[in-house]
Amino acid sequence: MKNKVSILQISISLILSNVFSFAFAAESSEPMPLNMTRGVTSISADVYDLHMQIFLICTAIGVVVFGLMFWAMFFHRKSNGHKAANFHESVKVEIAWTVIPFIILIVMAIPATKTLIAMEDASEPDLSILVTGSQWKWHYKYMDHDIDFYSILATPTEQINNQWAKGKNYLLEVDRPLVIPTGKKVRFLMTSDDVIHSWWVPDFAVKKDANPGFINEAWTNVDVPGIYRGQCAELCGKDHGFMPVVVIAKEPAEFELWLSQDVSRRQAAKEEEQRLLAMNMSFDELMAEGERAYMAKCAACHQPNGMGLPGVFPGLAGSAIAVGDIKQHIEVVINGVGGTAMQAFGKQMTKKEMAAVITYERNAWGNNTGDLVQVKDIFEFMQNN
Amino acid sequence: MTTLVQEQDDHDEHHAIPTGIKRWLYTTNHKDIGTLYLWFAFIMFLIGGAMAMVIRAELFQPGLQIVEPHFFNQMTTVHGLIMVFGAVMPAFTGLANWMIPLMIGAPDMALPRMNNLSFWILPFAFLILLMSLFMEGGGPAFGWTFYAPLSTTYSGDSTALFVFSVHIMGISSIMGAINVIVTIWNMRAPGMTWMKMPLFVWTWFITAFLLIAVMPVLAGVVTMVLTDKFFGTSFFDAAGGGDPVMFQHIFWFFGHPEVYIMILPAFGVISAIVPTFSRKKLFGYSSMVYATASIALLSFVVWAHHMFTTGMPVFGELFFMYCTMLISVPTGVKVFNWVATMWRGSISYEVPMLFAIAFIILFTIGGFSGLMLAITPADFQYHDTYFVVAHFHYVLVTGAIFSIIAGTYYWLPKWTGVMYDVTLARAHFWCSLISVNLLFFPMHFVGLAGMPRRIPDYSIQFADFNQWISIGGFAFGLSQLIFLALLIKACRKKGKPVDTQVWEGAEGLEWQVPSPAPYHTFDKPPEIK
Repeated sequence: MKNKVSILQISISLILSNVFSFAFAAESSEPMPLNMTRGVTSISADVYDLHMQIFLICTAIGVVVFGLMFWAMFFHRKSNGHKAANFHESVKVEIAWTVIPFIILIVMAIPATKTLIAMEDASEPDLSILVTGSQWKWHYKYMDHDIDFYSILATPTEQINNQWAKGKNYLLEVDRPLVIPTGKKVRFLMTSDDVIHSWWVPDFAVKKDANPGFINEAWTNVDVPGIYRGQCAELCGKDHGFMPVVVIAKEPAEFELWLSQDVSRRQAAKEEEQRLLAMNMSFDELMAEGERAYMAKCAACHQPNGMGLPGVFPGLAGSAIAVGDIKQHIEVVINGVGGTAMQAFGKQMTKKEMAAVITYERNAWGNNTGDLVQVKDIFEFMQNN
Repeated sequence: MTTLVQEQDDHDEHHAIPTGIKRWLYTTNHKDIGTLYLWFAFIMFLIGGAMAMVIRAELFQPGLQIVEPHFFNQMTTVHGLIMVFGAVMPAFTGLANWMIPLMIGAPDMALPRMNNLSFWILPFAFLILLMSLFMEGGGPAFGWTFYAPLSTTYSGDSTALFVFSVHIMGISSIMGAINVIVTIWNMRAPGMTWMKMPLFVWTWFITAFLLIAVMPVLAGVVTMVLTDKFFGTSFFDAAGGGDPVMFQHIFWFFGHPEVYIMILPAFGVISAIVPTFSRKKLFGYSSMVYATASIALLSFVVWAHHMFTTGMPVFGELFFMYCTMLISVPTGVKVFNWVATMWRGSISYEVPMLFAIAFIILFTIGGFSGLMLAITPADFQYHDTYFVVAHFHYVLVTGAIFSIIAGTYYWLPKWTGVMYDVTLARAHFWCSLISVNLLFFPMHFVGLAGMPRRIPDYSIQFADFNQWISIGGFAFGLSQLIFLALLIKACRKKGKPVDTQVWEGAEGLEWQVPSPAPYHTFDKPPEIK
């Protein structure tokens, strides 16, 4: 990626990207729908109907008004020899075209009001999920179960940078989708850890801002099992375009199965962590795992080459933290830096990932400190602080 | 009174117009300042347009090709700021400077030195804004709406320059607005009663009040951003007892009247052009005045329709939905009045009329999508998608900017004394009309299909449409170079000299002064019948 842009670069890349678009043609996808989705909930269907009603009303008004206008434009032309009439006022006509639109608006406002009141009634949910946005991922926490996880873009950087062909769900795929049951009222509680995000799934007609320090409510009740995709809809910084929402709606029985599987999955992860506490990973193991985790969680800001974006995100190559005191490095990764974009990764990464990332950062890009950080170092730090 | 006028005449005769750069730096002449504003706006239009070209080039196909996302965000942000504060608003102020004294029979604007100042601080405001792009970390990248906390805790150091630059723009606008109000209130020629004023004067008069009411609110909100970022306050930070949504309330309390600031003078321009080329008086003059005033008043109670997804109480959502829908009534009245003016007229299609007709149709399309956006449940689906981008570009580009172009083609012969190159002007019209629709119409579909705005990359289903949109964008950008060529030609007085009347059906005081309009006009007040 380039920091400085010149006209020459723009034109060259335009030409190149055209050439490459043939070489890396995306997998064929379904054609883009031309209208709003009807969605998979009764609310989304109501919203679609409202959209079509107001659209048809506007079209009808447009046909009449523009029809009259084109009639005048064609038949009342000077070149046709048409002489101008002399009228320039008519109270009756003016009252008519004030009152008629007013009535149309009232007709339109009634169903809109009904739908809106239904949409905003998030009471008596069967299930509540806390949705937390942060730069640039979503975190889901099931309030009634002991489950929470982050959901991060799964599209490989190589696809974004046009080195690989783009997949079918390019930019609309995540590592761990949200799973909800069908036929149940699911309430979403929205908040944010940093800037304002907006959680949007078009098929549910749910779009609600996630405001830092406040909690918003929205709800859905999905009829049809399936995978539903959306995106963050509020500009939230550099990678606003890269934080999709993916929701899998499962039949209640399958949902219960998923819940129990998740419990055993997390049990296995805990056991793995205990095992790692007792052993030391090799330098190569740590570096390999660290590079993977760094690219997934850190590279968006600090950049794959560790140089950061000057003036926006600090570089790590040769930085005081990355080659300085290990404790401080661990502290920054676990707790973040208040008042900056540096998040607290203590709850976002496993201890193994943190150990590996810190080792990687201390030894990559010429930072050759030779330091190794093991899972138990992270564990000890968390115990003592 | 007679002696006073006599004295002023003598004074003028001794007062040679300075030449060269000094003429433009020191000028207090409303025509010179109008010209400065208009050229400045046009240069800003080209710069902001160049940024739009970068945006469209990046969006030409999926994937990141040309710029990285952080720079992309700077482009969308500065494009918006420049187009709103650097292109549309100064262009209308330029038209106001040129035309209001000519239309009301005044010798100049009421406060000529302030007029000079309000223009000459503008280039510095935009210089500061543009220079911030070259700072380490780049310029503002939080959208022209600069929502907190993205613009406070999470922004770069250039935010300070952004705030300073917006302050200067605001001061300039407020001074311009005061000048317009004082001029219209005090300097109308004897007999030019309120209800005889041309609609352009009326719409600007109302716009000026809007400006004075809301620009200080903008100044307040940018100052709060400044202190939140640099001086430890917590207006928009929940951790300190503030609220990020309060930012949006304050911003849009400025922002919504602002969109009417950019469209009301456009209504005035169109209300001047349509009767001229229909050879028929404007239909419903007084209802036009009342409709303008109602739109202005309503514009203060609709701001939160930009914020339906922020989590307002249902009652708030309903209130803002109803008020927003209500605005379509006076706006509709205006469109109906223009159509009724054309009805049974004797219409001819000179270039200003072509742009005016395009305005009426395309602005109305933007109005329709605006009405759709007002329906709160549907807005949850439209909000922050390309549907919104399509909507506001229809009202701002084919609305405000088309009216500015129409006004320029209408009054340019009066300003220069020569008829511009009509072949070029027609080419400009048709190229612009076709490309602007190729540019903005498909955005409706892309938005309905679910593409969010302000993203540098998109999923592959949107690829084909975005390619067409980009082609439309490049074509629209290039079409404006025709306009540039035409304007340079006209300013160098290449063309057939025109008479005082210029257009057969034109009425108003501006068509009673010679073409080109002399440096000083209406030293003696004209007779108003």
